[in-house]
Amino acid sequence: MTTTINAPSEAGRATAGGLPGTGLDVAVFITCINDVMFPQTGIAVTKLLERLGCRVHFPKEQTCCAQITTNTGYFDESMNMVRSYVKGFGDYDYVVSPSGSCTAAVRDQHPMLAQRLGDAGLQRDVAHTSKITYDLPEFLVDVLGVTDVGAYFPHRVTYHPSCHGLRLIKLGQRPYDLLKNVRGMTLVDLPAAEQCCGFGGTFCVKNYDMSATMAGDKARHVRETGAEYVVGGDNSCLLNIGGVLARENSGVKAIHLAEVLANTEED
Amino acid sequence: MDAKQEVLARIRQATTDITEKDPLVDTPVTWTYGGGIEMDDVVGTFQEKVEDYQATVVRAAHADLPTAVVDGLKATGAAESVVVPVGLDKDWVKAIESAGLTVHVDDPQLSNAQLDKTDAVVTAAAVGVADTGTIVLDHEDDQGRRALSLVPDRHVCVIRTDQIVSDVPEAVQRVKQAVHAGRPLTWISGGSATSDIELSRVDGVHGPRKLYVIIAED
Amino acid sequence: MSTQLRRISEGNYGVARLTPAPEHPGTFLGMPKFTKAVKDELKLPVQRKNMRNAMTTIRTKRATRVAESPDWEDLRQAAFEIKNRVERHLDHYLLQAEKSLTERGVQVHWARDGAEANQIVAEIAKSKGVDEVVKIKSITTQETDLNEYLEEQGIAAWETDLAELIVQLGHDRPSHIVVPAIHRNRAEVREIFLREMKNYGRPCPEDVSSNPPDLADAARLHLREKFLRAKVAVSGANFILADTGSLVIVESEGNGRMCLTLPDTLISIVGIEKLLPTYDDLEVFLKLLPRSATGERMNPYNSVWSGVTPGDGPQEQHVILMDNGRTNVLADPVGREVLRCIRCASCINVCPVYERAGGHAYGSVYPGPIGITLTPQLRGMQDPVDRAMPYACSLCGACNEVCPVKIPFTDIIIHVRNKVVSAEKADRFPKDPEVLGEMALMKTAAWVLGDYKHFESIMYGSRGVGRVLHHKAIGPLPVPVAERWLKYRDVQAPPTQTFRDWWKQNRTESER
Repeated sequence: MTTTINAPSEAGRATAGGLPGTGLDVAVFITCINDVMFPQTGIAVTKLLERLGCRVHFPKEQTCCAQITTNTGYFDESMNMVRSYVKGFGDYDYVVSPSGSCTAAVRDQHPMLAQRLGDAGLQRDVAHTSKITYDLPEFLVDVLGVTDVGAYFPHRVTYHPSCHGLRLIKLGQRPYDLLKNVRGMTLVDLPAAEQCCGFGGTFCVKNYDMSATMAGDKARHVRETGAEYVVGGDNSCLLNIGGVLARENSGVKAIHLAEVLANTEED
Repeated sequence: MDAKQEVLARIRQATTDITEKDPLVDTPVTWTYGGGIEMDDVVGTFQEKVEDYQATVVRAAHADLPTAVVDGLKATGAAESVVVPVGLDKDWVKAIESAGLTVHVDDPQLSNAQLDKTDAVVTAAAVGVADTGTIVLDHEDDQGRRALSLVPDRHVCVIRTDQIVSDVPEAVQRVKQAVHAGRPLTWISGGSATSDIELSRVDGVHGPRKLYVIIAED
Repeated sequence: MSTQLRRISEGNYGVARLTPAPEHPGTFLGMPKFTKAVKDELKLPVQRKNMRNAMTTIRTKRATRVAESPDWEDLRQAAFEIKNRVERHLDHYLLQAEKSLTERGVQVHWARDGAEANQIVAEIAKSKGVDEVVKIKSITTQETDLNEYLEEQGIAAWETDLAELIVQLGHDRPSHIVVPAIHRNRAEVREIFLREMKNYGRPCPEDVSSNPPDLADAARLHLREKFLRAKVAVSGANFILADTGSLVIVESEGNGRMCLTLPDTLISIVGIEKLLPTYDDLEVFLKLLPRSATGERMNPYNSVWSGVTPGDGPQEQHVILMDNGRTNVLADPVGREVLRCIRCASCINVCPVYERAGGHAYGSVYPGPIGITLTPQLRGMQDPVDRAMPYACSLCGACNEVCPVKIPFTDIIIHVRNKVVSAEKADRFPKDPEVLGEMALMKTAAWVLGDYKHFESIMYGSRGVGRVLHHKAIGPLPVPVAERWLKYRDVQAPPTQTFRDWWKQNRTESER
C-alpha cells in the first residue's frame, strides 16, 4: 500500500507509527440512515480510518443529526437528538461522518437550535462538537493530509457532489482528489453535477412528484456518462438516485465514496 | 392614527432589538466609493462595449463633428426631420440644415405627437462608462428634456473622450451635482431591447431603435 | 374606431370589461397549494422544456458577467451592509426620503396595506378625470392586485412591458418577476396578440410572423397610441434614494421611460424597504442588479429622477410608501434578512424546483426562493397555500450563492417552516390529515432518535417484521411514506444487520 503522507503536525499526537492517523482517537458518527440501511458504509469508514492508523470509536449514544425534524421546521423535536450528539461526542477531538448533510446539520443547525433554546450549557457543548465534526473527505485531506488512501476500484465511475457537500460544507476538490488517486478507476465528469437530485429530506415525500422529476433528470445525466457506478458522499442522495436508476433497470449502481476508498486490491 | 404614524409605529415596534440608533455606527459600510477599474484603453473599451449592444460607434475629430453628425443621421435612415435640444452646438445644427433635413429646435416644446413624427434626435452626453458601454445623459441644454431622446426612432449621440470614465462608480460621481441640482438622469446602454419572448434578444422596442454614437476626439 | 376604450366581454368569461380578465380572480386567491398545483405544472412538457432552456441560458449569462467582475464579492458585501443599514433604521430613512421628496415637489402618501395603496391610486386617477392609466412593470402593484381594483373602479390599467402585455392579453398571471411571460413560447404569443390586441386598441397585423422581432414590433405599434394619449402613469421603483429624493427605475424596453416621461401625472407605489440611504450607494446596485437579473453588463435604460423637473416629464408626482406586511417581516430578526431583496430573480433562475414547476404553482407573485421566504412572512401563515410554500424547496442552497445581497435563503426557509409548524400546532381547528400525519411522524422521530436506547429498541423490535408493499420490502418506513417513495423508485431490502450489530460483533473495544 502506498500512502501520500502530508499530515500537519498536531499537538499531543504521536506520529511515530508512520501512518497518517497514527495516535489519533477518532469517533465515527455513522448517522441513523447509515446505521439502519447502509451499514456497509459505516463499516467502510471504520476500516478505512483504521487502515490509515486511527483508533476508531463508536459512541453508542449517537442517533441522528436531527436534520429530519429541523429541516421540516420541528425545532422542539430536534433538541433531544442534539443532546444525544453532545453526549456521544463531547469528549472527542475528532468526529468523522460519512455524510455531508449530517455534517452540515451538526455544524450550522446545532448552534442555531441551542441558541434558540437559550440553554447556555448546550450552546457551549455544541460550539465544541460542531467544531470537531468532519465530513470524511475533509478529515482525510485536511486533518490526515492524504489524498491517496491506497484504494483500488477497477470501474468507470462518475461523482455526484451533493448540494451539502458542494455548497454548505464546500468540499471543493477534495472528493475528486481522493478519487483521482484510486487505482484502476476511470472517473468521468457528471453533466449538471451541481444540480440537486431532489431528495431534500421530507421534501421527497411532501413534494414527491417534483422530487421524482429532479431525481429522473439526475439519473439521466448519470446514464449519459456511461458509468458503472455513481459515487457520492451522502447515502440519502444515493438512495434517491439509485432508486430511480434501479427502477429504470439502468444497471448503474450507486455507491458511497467511503466504500470506494475502503476497497483495496486485497479485497 | 393616520397611515404614516401607524407604519412608523409598526417599524419602531419591529426594531426594538436594535438599540444603536445611529445608522452609521450600527451598520458600518466597508465599501470604498467612487473607484475605477484599471484599463489600458478607456475609450477603446467604451467603444467595444457599446458596439456589443449592436449600436454603431464612430470617432471624429472636433473639426469634423458637423459632418459626422450628418453622416450619422443618414446612416440611421433619418430622411426628413430632426429634433435638437436648445443648447446643441450651432455648427452641427447648420450642417444638418445644409444637408436638407428639417430641424426642429425644442423651443417651444414639441408635442408628443410631433416628436413621434420626427425621424431622429441629436444630443450631446454627460458621461460615458467604459466597463458597461453606457452613456449617461444629465439633460443639460445640449441634451434636452427626456422625451427628446426617447420618442424619435433614431438617436445620434456625441460624446467627448474626456467624458468617458472606466466604471459605474466614477460615472455616478461625475453626475452627482446634476442630481443634487434636481436634474434627472438617463442611462443608455445600447438601443431599446427586450428578451421577453423566449429570452431571445430583440433590439428596439419603444425607445430609439437605432443608436449612433460619435466619439469626439481632441 | 378600434382604439377607443370600450367594454369587451369576449374572452372575459362573459363579463364586459375594459381590460382582459385574468384567469384566477384575486391575487392567486383560491389556488391550490404548491404540493397539489405542481402536479399539473409537471404535466406540461412544452413548458418544462421552455423553462429548462430559458433558465439554462439566463444562468450561463449571469455566470459569464459575474466572472468579468473581479470585485463581485466586495460588491455583494457592500450591498449586504447598505441594505442592512436601511432595514435596521427604516423609520429614519423613510422620514428622510419623505422630506427630500416633498422638497422636490412630490406628494408623499403612506399606505398600511395594498388596499389602501390601491385606493390612493384610484382617487388620484379619478381626480384627473381619466378612465385609463399606463403602467410600468411593477411586482408591487401585482402584490396589491391594483389592475383588478382599478377595473372595478372603471379605470383601465394598461401594462406596457412586453412580457406583462403578453400576460395581460393572455388572461394570464406572471410566472417570473423579471421575465413574467417566460412560460410562453413565440407561437403562443402570436396567437394571443392576434386574438386579443384588436379588442383593446390597435390590432396586431394579420400577417405577423412568430419571430420575436415581428411580435415586438406589433407590441410597439399597439402601445404607442396608449403612451401618446396617456395622462396618468403608474410605476413601482427599484430604489428610492433617501438623501436626494430620487426614484430609480431599471428597465430594458423604454416603456418605463415612456410612462415616466410623457404623461402629466406619475404615481409610484413603492414598498417601504426599497430605500437606499444615499445617491452614492447607487453605484453598488447599478453594478450588481443588471448582471444578477439578466446577465447584462448594464440594462438598456436606467432612469433617475428627483421629483418634478420644470419643463421635463410629469409635473404632478405622487409616491405611495407601502407597508403591506413588510413590518411583519421586519419584526422577525431572522426573517427580516429577506427585506434586502432587490428583486433581481437570480435565486429564481438557479432554483431547480422553480425551473420544473414554473411560477404559477407557488400561489404568489413572488415565486422561487424569494417567494417562499417573503410571501408567507408578508401575508402571515393562516392560509394552506402560504403554509405549503416554504416546503417547495429541496434545500439545495444554490440560491444562497448567487444572491447579490447575500440573503441566506435556506436558513430562512427552515426558520419559516418552523413558524408554519408553530402555527399548525397553535391551530384550534381540525387539521389537514397530511399535517396530522406529519406531526405524528415528527413526534415519533423525536422519541425514537432522541435517545439511543429508544433507537436500538425500535431497530431490534422491527427487525424481521419484513413489511412488504408492492412486492418491495419497506422495512420500518410508514406505509404512506413508502407508497410515495416507491411510486418512482425501487429500494433494496433493508440489510439484516445494522452497523451497531456489526460493531458489537467485530469491535470489542470498551467505551473510552
